[in-house]
Amino acid sequence: MLDVEKVRKDFPILGRTAGEYPLVYLDSANTSQKPQVVIDAIAEHYGQHNANVARAMHMLGAEATEAFEGARSGLAQFIGAERSEEVVFTKNASEALNLAANTLGASLKPGDEVVISVMEHHSNIVPWQLVCERTGATLRWFDITDEGRLDLEGAEREHLINERTKIVSLTSVSNVLGTHNPITDIARQAHEVGAAMVVDASQSVPHRVTDVSTLGADMVCFTGHKMCGPTGIGVLWGRHDLLEKLPPFLGGGEMIEVVEMARSTFAPPPYRFEAGTPPIAQAVGLGAAVDYLSGIGMAAIAQHEETMTAYALDKLTSIDGLVILGPTEAVDRGSAISFNLADVHPHDVMQVLDSRGIAIRGGHHCARPLHRRLGHQSSTRASSYLYTTTSEIDALADALVFTRNYFAPRFNQG
Amino acid sequence: MNIDELYQTIILDHYREKHHTGLREPYDVQVHHVNPSCGDELTLRVSLAGDVIKDVSYEGEGCSISQASTSVMTDLVIGETVRHSMGLYDDFLEMMQSKGEITPDEDRFEDAIAFAGVSKFPARVKCALLSWSALRDAVGQASDKES
Repeated sequence: MLDVEKVRKDFPILGRTAGEYPLVYLDSANTSQKPQVVIDAIAEHYGQHNANVARAMHMLGAEATEAFEGARSGLAQFIGAERSEEVVFTKNASEALNLAANTLGASLKPGDEVVISVMEHHSNIVPWQLVCERTGATLRWFDITDEGRLDLEGAEREHLINERTKIVSLTSVSNVLGTHNPITDIARQAHEVGAAMVVDASQSVPHRVTDVSTLGADMVCFTGHKMCGPTGIGVLWGRHDLLEKLPPFLGGGEMIEVVEMARSTFAPPPYRFEAGTPPIAQAVGLGAAVDYLSGIGMAAIAQHEETMTAYALDKLTSIDGLVILGPTEAVDRGSAISFNLADVHPHDVMQVLDSRGIAIRGGHHCARPLHRRLGHQSSTRASSYLYTTTSEIDALADALVFTRNYFAPRFNQG
Repeated sequence: MNIDELYQTIILDHYREKHHTGLREPYDVQVHHVNPSCGDELTLRVSLAGDVIKDVSYEGEGCSISQASTSVMTDLVIGETVRHSMGLYDDFLEMMQSKGEITPDEDRFEDAIAFAGVSKFPARVKCALLSWSALRDAVGQASDKES
């Protein structure tokens, strides 16, 4: 079991207040807060070990390179990768997905198909749209059921994954609905037709045990800042034999082998995909973050979040006038809960909650097609993490009732 | 932060009962403006008769601030000259960027004075400006057509 009060002491920001209210941070699906060990690791890197990596041959260069490569090994271990060369550092998950689209997609041609889903974040839609436009390939997608799960039966009826499919790219957990997707099953279907399986794991790697060796995916993309790490760093994990065959993404320093004026040859993975000075201090910070998360235990974190999610779903579904988008049971479900309050726009909900020290997100959460599919223009999202408490969820529920009555006085009259 | 400063009664009244809603014929120009960061959308039509704004009609989805601002804006500009309306636009923009420093002239601004409070909430200024930007765009295009 996770001792949430002890965990909270590791996060200095959670001691802040907003006027008379304690800060209630329920926006971790947007970005997580950072424990002191991560803040210290970054400060110590800049204070004591700062230099460029690989190319600086002096003492500090060696220390910085060792710290940077140490973070790569730490990440590899954290996600169950067989070797650290399978871990490519990017600037965020979006860049990792663009890397996947541009390298895997380089050989697409007219008639080929790429499959995504309607519940994707824009970062797992737009890169595929761009590569399909460029190559003439066709973009297709999974629909969802009314409950907000992937419509597997509909996909089967339409032969969504077929012999023309070259790439399937899906989120492991929806950033809006919280839905867990059956990645391993879909990866098997993709592999049966010879397609590659890409996973946007931005909302799952921070929250539960990830084991890429059994997941079935060929590439997994996620970001550092949602898992207690700094902003400015993301990860693309790829099967080594696949990465070896792919062309570079961005060109520049460090990704080369030999450069001549007419042409160049390229470094092996992961360096082939890391053009220019990489996010060094950010990698060190992310390395500290995965050590911190492993110290607490991803299984304990997942269990804590499941408890919080069940508690929150129970509280929220009992509010008259509140509609939840996505599954209302804490089964195969992440900790992000999106909802709408009758007659109140999400930005107004956000504003009133903010005036009471509660940080949540209002808008389409970079998933406009999903909101259109569900018939909502936007929604309000509360998302918890390892430091979330039941009293914070109580504060959320109380504030939502207050907000509803503030904008829609009819609820006061009953 | 006191939310009553933001959500003045005038704003809540316009939000609950918007004026001049719906898309109407005839019109000279239709524009579609969005706030990509939040997803608010507005389709707005303008009909000019010479240099007078004969009608502004609209359909939009958005927060109380953007919806109320649209409603108030239509009250202020329908039946007024383009010149007067664009002058109001400039003054409204200046007020919204003033962080609460400018106290608007009530005779000129009417219900739009309620948005002086919104200017103290930087994240919401773009909500109040959405309809005014759409109006300026549509009126500009319609005037170009006429000339």
